[in-house]
Amino acid sequence: MANTKAHGDNYINFEKGIWSWLTTVDHKRIGLMYFITVMFFFLIGGIMALLLRLELFAPNAAPNVGQILANGDVYNQVMTYHGAIMVFMVIVPGIPAILGNFFLPLQIGAKDVAFPRINLLSWYCFMAGAILAIATFFTTKIDTGWTFYTPYSIRTGTATAMMVLAAFIMGMSSILTGLNFIVTVHKLRAPGMTMHRMPLFIWSLYATAILQMLATPVLGITLLLLAVERFLGIGIFDPKLGGDPVLFQHFFWFYSHPAVYIMIIPAMGIISELITTFSKKVIFGYTAIAYSSLGIAAVSFFVWGHHMFVSGQSETTGIVFSFLTMLVGVPTAIKMFNWVATFYKGSVEFRSPMLYALGFMFLFAIGGVTGVMLATLPIDVHFHDTYFVVAHFHYVMVGGTLMALMGGYYYWFPKMFGKMYNETTARISFVFIFIGFNVTFFPQFILGAMGMPRRYFDYIPAYENLNKISTVGSWLILIGFLVGLYTIVQGLMKGEKAPMNPWGSKTLEWQTSSPPPHDNFSVEPVVTAGPYEYR
Amino acid sequence: MMWFNIAKAQSFMPTQGTEIAKQVDNLYGFLLVTSLIACVLVIGGMIYFVWKYRRKSPNDKTAYISHNTALEFLWSFIPLVIFLAVFGWGWYIYHQMRAMPENALEINVIGKQWAWEVEYKNGYKTVNEVVVPINQDVKILLTAADVLHSFYVPSFRIKQDAIPGRYTALWFKADKLGEFHLFCTEYCGTSHSGMIGKLRVVSREDFDKYLEQGQEERFLPLAEKGKKLFAVKACASCHAVDHPGAMVGPSLFQKFGHEEVMDDGTKIMFDENYIRESILEPNKHIVKGFPKGVMPTFQGQLNENELSALVEYVKNLK
Ligand code: HEM
Ligand SMILES: [Cu+2]
Repeated sequence: MANTKAHGDNYINFEKGIWSWLTTVDHKRIGLMYFITVMFFFLIGGIMALLLRLELFAPNAAPNVGQILANGDVYNQVMTYHGAIMVFMVIVPGIPAILGNFFLPLQIGAKDVAFPRINLLSWYCFMAGAILAIATFFTTKIDTGWTFYTPYSIRTGTATAMMVLAAFIMGMSSILTGLNFIVTVHKLRAPGMTMHRMPLFIWSLYATAILQMLATPVLGITLLLLAVERFLGIGIFDPKLGGDPVLFQHFFWFYSHPAVYIMIIPAMGIISELITTFSKKVIFGYTAIAYSSLGIAAVSFFVWGHHMFVSGQSETTGIVFSFLTMLVGVPTAIKMFNWVATFYKGSVEFRSPMLYALGFMFLFAIGGVTGVMLATLPIDVHFHDTYFVVAHFHYVMVGGTLMALMGGYYYWFPKMFGKMYNETTARISFVFIFIGFNVTFFPQFILGAMGMPRRYFDYIPAYENLNKISTVGSWLILIGFLVGLYTIVQGLMKGEKAPMNPWGSKTLEWQTSSPPPHDNFSVEPVVTAGPYEYR
Repeated sequence: MMWFNIAKAQSFMPTQGTEIAKQVDNLYGFLLVTSLIACVLVIGGMIYFVWKYRRKSPNDKTAYISHNTALEFLWSFIPLVIFLAVFGWGWYIYHQMRAMPENALEINVIGKQWAWEVEYKNGYKTVNEVVVPINQDVKILLTAADVLHSFYVPSFRIKQDAIPGRYTALWFKADKLGEFHLFCTEYCGTSHSGMIGKLRVVSREDFDKYLEQGQEERFLPLAEKGKKLFAVKACASCHAVDHPGAMVGPSLFQKFGHEEVMDDGTKIMFDENYIRESILEPNKHIVKGFPKGVMPTFQGQLNENELSALVEYVKNLK
């Protein structure tokens, strides 16, 4: 069923039939395809999170007498899939692949990304990797944790190699997206859009793309080495064969620490957009925000050792990494202050995307200060691999990235679908998610301070009350997401028709119809000023 | 410096069992207070501004303030100074944690799935229990038998990974009598959360007595020696001995002299030789319903006398 000729007036009805979607090279359609698939994985990862929390509601009476999950092995598997799915299939691809794909060309006034076919290829890579990853679930399942630390990952009798291959293929997808974005930003900006007139979301995607291109290959090679080690046993990581198990951690974090910034920098980009738009004011310190993204990206390559303060690395190594990690704190703090300053003498409107932006700043502030604590050597010795770390990374990844992603969805929903969502239910959803989030994860800081190690499916009775509170919080989050789902579906089915620019934004994507036509702009836009000229 | 202590009261840290723990808590208290101030400034400032400058009419005019170099320099510089101060303070404490004292009492600890094997200089071995004298520098020499583990005593604020094929070490000087939790914090598989031990701090005399008792155990009857070994070698973390229920591995309770069904359907008599084979070549025959490759071999880790002791013990589980 090749192209049905009756072309509609926007990208959604431009061509019909599932085949026209699966073969599309339109960045907007590819963005939507990522949207659907990533949200599906988010659902799976979320159900697993709820199961983990249910299991932790109470300590078990005796070993292997599970409550919800049959036993420790099942818990460990669910914990591994939850972590791996959320990291590799939700948060890392989330913003760049969905909102980046959709809005990068629109925001710079281009017709598409530089390599539309490679863009489609990267979606297929993502799907191939994801399907392979999910398929391991029907074999021996993996139980290594999403970090695949050796030598456990070499010894455990589970499908590690297959999972690692899946992560490798998804990594390809990430590299291709990064490459595409860099070239697009350099080559396809509308006339008059200098680098310093690019919206901050573009700057953040640009910085992220550099990270994706440089860091992801390291993960790829590391994971291949792991697979080789498993099959051939040549003694790279396995101490039995003279290998070094800690070497794996160096390799792994050399990717995975920058990956944390692959997750958070685009989130910061979205927040910058939301804050100017809903304060109707030019952003404070545009240049500082733009360059601090690049600064964070650069420094993030030199801090991986802070995941390994107790791994047996030398004292000096620990000290150097602690120092470098402190330096990353500065550009991050700069952004927070810039955002707050943007509100000063603004005109702040509390639409739901803005609520998410404020929620982001609240949670990210807590995630940030606890990050400084973890960068401090002796404090990390106590907190490392405890629930304090679990709380910290959920504050950053969920409180940070996910909040921004949700805010971005609501912000761009009218543009993507040409419909308005219901503001009231969107706000109710936010309130439940925000409160639920804090109820779930704040107690985990305290649990960590008290010494509860992570990846425990059972714990001593002293930790019981706080775990109960945390589990109840996860139910509030569930309610919040259900209301959010309702809001989206209701908006899609019954929403009012969206105008071209419902929020009065200044960036280019709002200068075309909602939803945009197949090739984005009917007249090529010409840029004559910075992106946020609210006067 | 009063306010560090106020902060500490709210920090929910476990009992301080060492001098280092107090130092760590002081730094943590400082961080807690500065973090709180930072959060109040940022979040409070945010809430104040968004409320004060909330939209009053759809055509509000906003100020055009694009940047302010002095202000921006200041708010980059101040955090930098604070971060560097914290880093320096942290370095100072960390250095004390890492500098091994001379003449410390050395204890070897081996992490294995899923127990801590403890060995004192006089050859006395225990499992999941470390006993140390009060006010004495103790150095724990760590390694692992299979995968990574991590030795963590929350009350002492110390943690160190145990790595197979290599020694790592940590030290402490406990200044409080009592019993403290010892956790494994590096994920190590199925019973990671069950890998919990005790660290007991006792007086000098009690410590000497403890070691002596340990010595006497060498002259125990065979079955009791087996019982001891069963615990030390962490067999007990996977096999039940007082009820027929399966744990990680099959129960050994009342098995002797009965036939056992294997995963290929054959039956094997549970006799002395089968016990011996199961210890040395655990994967040769797998009991029906259990996965292969879970139990490690003890080949090379037990001498003939110890093997006989274990066989004798398992024989007598009635
Ligand atoms: C409703 C929200 C969520 C709840 C209740 C939840 C709960 C949990 C729990 C209980 C663990 C196991 C902690 C441990 O024992 O170490 C965990 C681990 C983890 N979670 Fe979540 N989670 C949630 C959402 C997310 C999201 C959205 C992400 C995406 C970034 C995420 C990423 C992770 C990661 C990376 C791990 C580590 C897995 C590991 O230790 O290998 N979580 N989560
Ligand atoms: Cu362990």
